Amino acid sequence: MAVQLLKGNVAFAEAAVRYGLQAYFGYPITPQSEALEHLSGRMLQEGRVFLQAESEVAAINMVYGAACCGVRVMTSTSGPGFSLMTEGLSYIAGSEIPVVVVDMMRGGPGLGNIQPSQADYFLMTKTAGHGDFHPIVLAPASVQELIDSMGLAFALAEKYRTLVIVAGDGSLGQMMESAELPPMQPLPEQRPVWAVTGAKGREPNVITSMYLVAEHLEQVNLRLQAKLAEIRKHEVRFVESQTGDAELLLVAYGTSGRICTSVLRQARQNGLPVGLLRPQTLWPFPEQRLRELAEQVRGVLVVEMSAGQMLEDVEHAVQGRVPVRFHGRTGGMIPMVEDVLSELQALASDLGVTP
Amino acid sequence: MSQSIIAPEEMELAYAYPASLTRAYTHYCPGCVHGIVHRLVAEVIDELGIRERAIGVAPVGCAVLIYNYINTDFVEAAHGRAPAMATGIKRVNPDNVVFTYQGDGDLAAIGTAEIIHAANRGERITTVFINNAIYGMTGGQMAPTTLQGMVTTSTPMGRNCQLAGYPIRMSEILAQTAGAVYVTREAALDLAGIRKTKRAIKRAFLAQMHGLGFASVEVLSTCPTNWGMDPWAAMQWAKENLAAYYPLDTFKITDAVKALPA
Amino acid sequence: MRHQEAIFAGFGGQGVLFAGQLLAYAGMSEGLHVTWIPSYGPEMRGGTANCTVILSEDEIGAPVISHPLSALVFNAPSMEKYAPLVKPGGLLLVNSSLIAARTAREDLRVVYIPASDIATELGNIRIANMVLLGAYVTVTGIVSLDSAKAQLDEHLSDRQRKWLQPNIEALDRGATLAR
Repeated sequence: MAVQLLKGNVAFAEAAVRYGLQAYFGYPITPQSEALEHLSGRMLQEGRVFLQAESEVAAINMVYGAACCGVRVMTSTSGPGFSLMTEGLSYIAGSEIPVVVVDMMRGGPGLGNIQPSQADYFLMTKTAGHGDFHPIVLAPASVQELIDSMGLAFALAEKYRTLVIVAGDGSLGQMMESAELPPMQPLPEQRPVWAVTGAKGREPNVITSMYLVAEHLEQVNLRLQAKLAEIRKHEVRFVESQTGDAELLLVAYGTSGRICTSVLRQARQNGLPVGLLRPQTLWPFPEQRLRELAEQVRGVLVVEMSAGQMLEDVEHAVQGRVPVRFHGRTGGMIPMVEDVLSELQALASDLGVTP
Repeated sequence: MSQSIIAPEEMELAYAYPASLTRAYTHYCPGCVHGIVHRLVAEVIDELGIRERAIGVAPVGCAVLIYNYINTDFVEAAHGRAPAMATGIKRVNPDNVVFTYQGDGDLAAIGTAEIIHAANRGERITTVFINNAIYGMTGGQMAPTTLQGMVTTSTPMGRNCQLAGYPIRMSEILAQTAGAVYVTREAALDLAGIRKTKRAIKRAFLAQMHGLGFASVEVLSTCPTNWGMDPWAAMQWAKENLAAYYPLDTFKITDAVKALPA
Repeated sequence: MRHQEAIFAGFGGQGVLFAGQLLAYAGMSEGLHVTWIPSYGPEMRGGTANCTVILSEDEIGAPVISHPLSALVFNAPSMEKYAPLVKPGGLLLVNSSLIAARTAREDLRVVYIPASDIATELGNIRIANMVLLGAYVTVTGIVSLDSAKAQLDEHLSDRQRKWLQPNIEALDRGATLAR
């Protein structure tokens, strides 16, 4: 496939089609509606299922129903819609079925605005619904990574029978960038054995998240936690730049992460010994690697488009070994390279780190 | 000593346990109508030969455990979301026969949006809607279908419609949607009504199997436990009061549904 | 190293987003990394519109920039907002048909082009965007004028196709004035 100039929202939607998406249910919300619009034509063209639901509540429950049938299914939304979906997400987690959700985050709380934000970090990684569970949360930083995330999301969802969220933000969704789409892949031919397809020649399959006996539900929870432990062990993903000799460490993901690559470049030009850790999975979080780096560097600067959400996970990993500073913009504002750079320089001078 | 004078193979079958009904004991209270309607659904599934094609969507409410009693594939929906889940299932598995079984809290309160839009889209699903005018599972609170003056645990002085709103007639509303092909209200309160209810349920499944559109059967029912009546009195009370406010009628039936084999 | 950053800003309907996209397409056709990011707020609906385009031999980090190397301003509010933000030594391209003001900055290369007048002359005031883009690629040399024309041919919508020739002329007129 050739490199194309692709808008993030269209790119992930088309990538999903090519990675074998069989059904999409969604409700329009800025800044990701182009994805739903793209799929409204493409899915029907391919003879697959597309339906615009009456709400995000309905959309996620349609996704839930389709997922119970063992097909590759997804929805996409933005913060306010994600809030509405949390009920369904919890049922999906409790039923242990594979589902992919894209959240193109926008400014909040409340109606907020439609500008880019990263303030759904808590919501996605820790509070995606009632009960004990974590979705896998992927955090692409470019249109290409967003495309690749879709393939990874389906693979992980099906491998672990779990919920996978692709965490973007309004700017990633609205941005056009040169990127390459995957070739069209064949659809899965068989339905998994656990799927509801009609009890032909077998005992009925029942998919439920209800276990009325406490001992049973505890067993279910223990199994779920064991699975999450496996995911924690095997699926941590991050990108590290110039950490070899770093005395200062930038930690940022998604759009903030790519902004920090510009910061890193300029800081290095100024001779500052800085490195960057960019988590590509927000859950599981690259806690182990961060803890190791905290033994090496003298200070950490976390950059987010929020009031400091991933910051808590960074602080938890660093455990007070070195100072952790924070630069965040909220309300749809994007951190500017100059501002992060001066924050970094201030940290360097406070710690006596010199070029 | 009595002696059989007819060989077993020559006997006429007067009763058989439906193959689509499991042998599990239900958790329902004595006199509850759910058991009757479960059996009707199972008999219809048997008669249509669709046990291996059917996928049920269980509600939240007293019938939450229906998947233990009806012997088909099942999923368990969140409260009120069964029509959305059934939509997802039917859209990806158009050859399956998909049905929801919902109570009045599930369908007429928290899931109003989902049922109306599923009906309006003409989803090829079958809905059995049990209306007993009360929340059974949570302990007898007011339902959207609770009658004016009815005492419940959340209307201790009787439902005051000025404060709590009016009992809602869902079948009449669903009949207004363009996508519905068959909307009827029956009452499983006596033998004749039970037989009629079964015919309606069968018709609603057939409508789906012929790809015609959304079909629903509301079944007036009782809740002796939470109404504080014995089962017989509850049946009589329901006939006199529920059926007076919720008329037994077919609110919508298209010609195509009428033409289906009975 | 080939590297450019440009903010295109004007009223909705002046084609600022399309001009930016065309630059991105041209950059991509010449093998550069490109990003194009719009302001996508409600102000799109008839108010001011802007987009940021970055073209670079390097991988692109931040897709938005507070002090870009260039700004193409299509109307007076955009001039007011972006002229002060351009990096010292940068480029400011001004649609002088609609902007009477002159910038006081002396640390910029400033080119005043009556883009809307030229566009009207060519039969369609809406192709002022191509006049400014022609000037921009000529002054910066970040992509060739021919690349821009080729991408125009590729990406002009069917509905706008009849305006292909005037669009190309508009690119040429802008290029000539900027030389």
